[in-house]
Amino acid sequence: MTKQHQDKLMITGLAWFVAVVIFFPLFWMLLTGFKTETEAVTTPPSLFFAPTLENYEEVMRRADYFKFAWNSIFISGVATLVSLMLAVPAAYAMAFFPTKRTKSTLLWMLSTKMLPPVGVLMPIFLLFRDMGLQDTQIGLIIVYALMNLPIVVWMLYTFFKEVPREILEAGRMDGALPKDELYHLLVPLSLPGIASTALLSIILCWNEAFWSLFLTTSDATPLTAFIASFSSPQGLFWAKLSAASTMAIAPILVFGWMSQKQLVRGLTFGAVK
Amino acid sequence: MATVSLHNIRKTFGETDVIKGVDLDIADRDFTVFVGPSGCGKSTLLRLIAGLEDITSGTLQIDGQDVGDMPPAERGLAMVFQTYALYPHMTVADNMAFSLRLAGVSKQERQAKVRDAARILQLDQLLNRKPKELSGGQRQRVAIGRAIVRSPKVFLFDEPLSNLDAALRVQMRLELTRLHERLDATMIYVTHDQVEAMTMADRIVVLQAGRIEQVGSPLELYHHPRNIFVAGFIGSPKMNFFPSEVTAAGGPTTTVTLPGGGTVAVPVEGGHLRPRDKVTVGVRPEHLICGDDGQLKGEVLVVERLGGGTFLHIEVAGGEQIVVQASGDNPARTHDRIAIQVAGETCHLFDETGKAVPRAQRHPLADAKRGGRSDG
Ligand SMILES: Nc1ncnc2c1ncn2[C@@H]1O[C@H](COP(=O)(O)OP(=O)(O)OP(=O)(O)O)[C@@H](O)[C@H]1O
Ligand SMILES: [Mg+2]
Repeated sequence: MTKQHQDKLMITGLAWFVAVVIFFPLFWMLLTGFKTETEAVTTPPSLFFAPTLENYEEVMRRADYFKFAWNSIFISGVATLVSLMLAVPAAYAMAFFPTKRTKSTLLWMLSTKMLPPVGVLMPIFLLFRDMGLQDTQIGLIIVYALMNLPIVVWMLYTFFKEVPREILEAGRMDGALPKDELYHLLVPLSLPGIASTALLSIILCWNEAFWSLFLTTSDATPLTAFIASFSSPQGLFWAKLSAASTMAIAPILVFGWMSQKQLVRGLTFGAVK
Repeated sequence: MATVSLHNIRKTFGETDVIKGVDLDIADRDFTVFVGPSGCGKSTLLRLIAGLEDITSGTLQIDGQDVGDMPPAERGLAMVFQTYALYPHMTVADNMAFSLRLAGVSKQERQAKVRDAARILQLDQLLNRKPKELSGGQRQRVAIGRAIVRSPKVFLFDEPLSNLDAALRVQMRLELTRLHERLDATMIYVTHDQVEAMTMADRIVVLQAGRIEQVGSPLELYHHPRNIFVAGFIGSPKMNFFPSEVTAAGGPTTTVTLPGGGTVAVPVEGGHLRPRDKVTVGVRPEHLICGDDGQLKGEVLVVERLGGGTFLHIEVAGGEQIVVQASGDNPARTHDRIAIQVAGETCHLFDETGKAVPRAQRHPLADAKRGGRSDG
């Protein structure tokens, strides 16, 4: 066995190990969803058991899954659209008409992501109360869009930087106004980048739990709230919680899996050309 | 009709002055070439005219109209970039039609104009290809085609040939010259290749460090450079320079010393020169003659044979190195000692500030238009 071969084997082994470690909780959750509540808490845990669908039935009976799912889809989708609509012109200006402060503005925007959300819980709660945004889709859309805006601007900025400025200048000579430059040149040229930015934003919105739990109660609740509603302070709930969680993450998992090429390509930025 | 005039144009980027006051009038249908060393501001000047950069101060007029505050597209110019800057996601035809589409020209008219341009540039067969499916020369043609379809008042070119290989460059140079004749349009062309400048230009503008050193026809710059910089920049190989001293002045010629003690009488209008004045003598390699006898003597250091001609690099007295362009069958070899004749009529004199002393006789071709083209 050559040295190269050995290295490759080791890296493959390591990759599998990491993958299994990451995947195991998900796998366990999937299994637990098919157990009875008592089986779910026996020790040692049983790996072989008679699978049952009773948890799924119970979950479907107790809550309107499709309402939650629709809320998740709608809120993630629209929030992503809103942040793209704000971020594309912003990133265009920063990438092609930079000022002395552009770099620091970008850093500052990103630094707002380091603030723990709890820090602004009270002000946002009060704002929502006074503006009647509590438990509305539009409320969550605003919060999600703004929450992801720094990352979206930053990613788009990086993608736009890769578009040669002469191409846009040629467009300007050809009579393109800024909106034409965006619509006819920049957006089509960086479509793969925009797509992966949108994907990431959708995933972040879908998985967001903090704000959705605080700001919604029934009408606008997304799937994260759906999961939470199955944990209870007493009684056995692990199997039902697992079933609910599986149902909540299944759509985004499938979605992510189908678009993983796009995602990986986008997330590695220009590093791999 | 399209004239371009610049009055006291300045451009600063932050703290740095890049264009330091440029005055220039470009005549209708002239082919004007900006040359100068790298970083002298050629591209910046072109981009100022194009409207891609804002003018810091000064006025820019096209056809007598102030265009300083006008967006690029309204100035009626078209630009060809060094990197071609084609729209990668559009076909050749769409690339060329883009400006027309933005201007709301009907599809029929667009197609007709694209077809015309494609015919001129021999792109007929390539209209449905994407830029990445084209060779460098073809891409350059598309970039030119994109400019042609707009029927601009003025064409701007920023080193359009520098990404092409040598053979293609020569071919495209000819095509551009023919295109200029055919379209009869005003063209401004930036290059640092002085062969391009000499062969294509009606007028050359020599820039250095953001200032114009001289404007003139190619042969005017060649025969009557206004200062040492222009003399050294125009012509290849470069003009030879020697430090020298005036020995006799006042007559129709001014006699100056050469390295090694020889002298040469140069026909210049040197009325202000006095004996003992320090001057610089300049003489081009192609004007020096190797022979058995001559005012300069030296040792051959390197022989470069090009077939048709030979460049002899020679060290003369005082350690000065000069280049002589001899015939292709010159037998000189390394370490040979040879003599060089310096003819006074071919010499240039520059005073201590580097300014040229005017030559007594104006060269007959210095004021002629390129290729014997008549005015009007
Ligand atoms: N956007 C800019 N910001 C700051 N400085 C600039 C900018 N553009 C150009 N410069 C500076 O202006 C000077 C002139 O640049 P320019 O591109 O016009 O030179 P050039 O004559 O075209 O050179 P080259 O032959 O290398 O293309 C350079 O010193 C360059 O560093
Ligand atoms: Mg340049």
